[in-house]
Amino acid sequence: MPKLTIDGCPVEVPEGTSILKAARTIGVAIPTLCQMENVHAIGACRVCVVEVEGARSLAASCVMPVAEGMKIHTQTQRVREARKAVVELLLSEHDGDCQVCDRNDDCELQALANKLNVKIVPYPGVRTSGGIDDSTPGLVRDSGKCIKCRRCVSVCGQVQEVGALFPQFRGFKTVIGPAFGADLDKVACVQCGQCAAVCPVGAITEKSNIEEVWAALDDKSKTVVVQVAPAVRASLGECFGMAPGTLVTGKMVAALRRLKFDAVFDTNFTADLTIIEEGHELLHRLTTAVKDKGEVALPQFTSCSPGWIRYMEYFYPEMLPYLSTCKSPQQMFGALAKTYWAAKVGKKAEDIFVVSVMPCHAKKSESGRPEMTDSGVRDVDVALTTRELGRMIKQAGIDFERMPEESMDSLMGASTGAADIFANTGGVMEAALRTVWEVVTGRELPFLNLHVPPLMGLEGIKHAEVTIAGAVPAWSFLEGVTVKVAVASGLGNARKLVEKIKSGEASYHFVEIMTCPGGCIGGGGQPRTTTNEIRQKRLEAIYREDEGKKLRKSHENPEVAQIYAEFLGVPLGEKSHHLLHTEYAARARV
Amino acid sequence: MGWRGGEHRGNRTMTEPACKCNCQQDVDEAKCLKRLDVVIREYRDKPGALIPVLQMAQGIFGYLPESALKKISLGLDKSYSEVAGVVGFYSFFSTVPRGKNLIRVCLGTACYVRGGMQVLEAIRKNLGIDVGQTTPDRQFSLEVARCFGACGLAPAITINDDVHQRVKSAKVHEIINSYRKKSKSTVAKKKVKA
Repeated sequence: MPKLTIDGCPVEVPEGTSILKAARTIGVAIPTLCQMENVHAIGACRVCVVEVEGARSLAASCVMPVAEGMKIHTQTQRVREARKAVVELLLSEHDGDCQVCDRNDDCELQALANKLNVKIVPYPGVRTSGGIDDSTPGLVRDSGKCIKCRRCVSVCGQVQEVGALFPQFRGFKTVIGPAFGADLDKVACVQCGQCAAVCPVGAITEKSNIEEVWAALDDKSKTVVVQVAPAVRASLGECFGMAPGTLVTGKMVAALRRLKFDAVFDTNFTADLTIIEEGHELLHRLTTAVKDKGEVALPQFTSCSPGWIRYMEYFYPEMLPYLSTCKSPQQMFGALAKTYWAAKVGKKAEDIFVVSVMPCHAKKSESGRPEMTDSGVRDVDVALTTRELGRMIKQAGIDFERMPEESMDSLMGASTGAADIFANTGGVMEAALRTVWEVVTGRELPFLNLHVPPLMGLEGIKHAEVTIAGAVPAWSFLEGVTVKVAVASGLGNARKLVEKIKSGEASYHFVEIMTCPGGCIGGGGQPRTTTNEIRQKRLEAIYREDEGKKLRKSHENPEVAQIYAEFLGVPLGEKSHHLLHTEYAARARV
Repeated sequence: MGWRGGEHRGNRTMTEPACKCNCQQDVDEAKCLKRLDVVIREYRDKPGALIPVLQMAQGIFGYLPESALKKISLGLDKSYSEVAGVVGFYSFFSTVPRGKNLIRVCLGTACYVRGGMQVLEAIRKNLGIDVGQTTPDRQFSLEVARCFGACGLAPAITINDDVHQRVKSAKVHEIINSYRKKSKSTVAKKKVKA
């Protein structure tokens, strides 16, 4: 391990560690605008420069590895002036509208300018031109604000392996964006929004639908209902300065009531419903394969994550039959709110306005898919991100931390712990196993605390196997069958898994895929900036929420039982087929 | 097959001969796409294949039409935005059809200080086109480049694969005329250097 000094302090770190990382171990936070832990260090922004004794020029500390005997200075006059000059130059090009910019409260460039005591921009340079690209339902790009840090390029190309964004052209004319400077809707973008989650400035943000929601709330003729995704309760607090991993379910419900939503419901309800439908779909496929020895598409892939759906449509159209036909919980909710619930309250589908709060940009895109109109009108009218809800609550002057703990409204508000864990990578699989195991064996899933440890945690690809023992007579043909499952989060990991399945290197019965690393808790629409440490805290919070519930298996949800008894009939029945299931279409990648 | 720097200096590659179809006529795109398939198959699994394949595609088509770029994107499993990013970065690549003869004027430091701009100006006047344009008879396209690595010959220009050294503005018309004649007299034999 090389020994060196940073600002006079002795440091010993493993070979290959960057100076930037080494400095953090002794409490020196070298600023950077481009580096992303575990993803990307390319020395693009030059803000992280430090002085290395004996070296002629300043070194970019994010890419310079430590060496034995190095003497590094991070706060000499030369370093201070260089960093300041870099930020001044970035600001001279930055076509910002800081007072009204979406990132006004969390812009990394603005914060750094402040921190480095930049008071004027002495260079009257040409501004980056760009124009606004709002061609897609979920994202807005403003290239004039882009500082070319290339975080989005790395996250889109390497983490998600989508590659919609790439540096185009050259020199000052460089634009980070789709092919030849085209709009985003001209290339294969899955709308995961991980680019917006890592952008240090306001160059990529969500397309805001806040005004549409206010308009609906003000419209006396509309009954406005809101549904909240599981992951939001573990992250919304961060919008108000609460620690990552703070559960705010009750406060969130109270705040939504104060925003004057007519009913506050839970996407968890349709998450439980998804488990019933998707679990039966899996059992149906297993029956065909094991009992009838028929041809059937296995493994079955989950279909909750709309970025993943678009990814399959673009990149693996031949694999579409493997996707579960279940709609995502968001869309199941919309279709049921405008049929089942509408009938209960004596309203017509067109008089109900469904808002969803999601950790996600792809949900905006999904809600606008033309086939998502099974209630007769658009099933989900608006999907907001967690960040947008945070903003609405602030705009309304609601003191979030002082909200009382309230509960969801009933009929589509009850949920079990199995629904909560939809937020985490591995959660849908665990929830499905809790129910499917019990259907097949009549007994509880034989794991401590109902958790399946190999499926928990932030690893990108996970596997588990359970051998069915003691099947009830109806499912006796599954006796002794080893059910193999796999879980992947992040589309790059999904791709690796799909390729293994395609080549025959691995085989599974059921595979859960979440578009974003870590699952929905790491969604593109979550409060910025999501690091692995923050992912871990949100993940643990979600498991706490699950463990705190009396009911932890989807089939125990009383409101789910009620909807089957009163409205849907049986799982995979005709009504379900019409309202809760969907189909997919291949899309051209180029 | 290697593709180290220097082997692909010309507008075509060493391994892929130019399109047989004469660019004075319409390029038979389908035929060219078929030839591109062969190239992609050969390079598919080689690391760093994108640039050589783009070079060969430009050799086949004379430029890089959208249909070729999309085929390369799918064939090499590179996103279309990445393929476009590489094409847009290098001035060598063109997404618009070029003339039969490509004139590149070096404006690297040495050529610049030894009169490269004046040479460029003379060529522009002679052909009546601007940088990046093609003459209406599709005989000549004009581009600028930064340093051919022939600084000792400054100011230098290239026409197709030929390097012309110590070019004087007054001699420009002679050089260009020799290619005009060549084009006419050897039209049947000459390989197209788009």
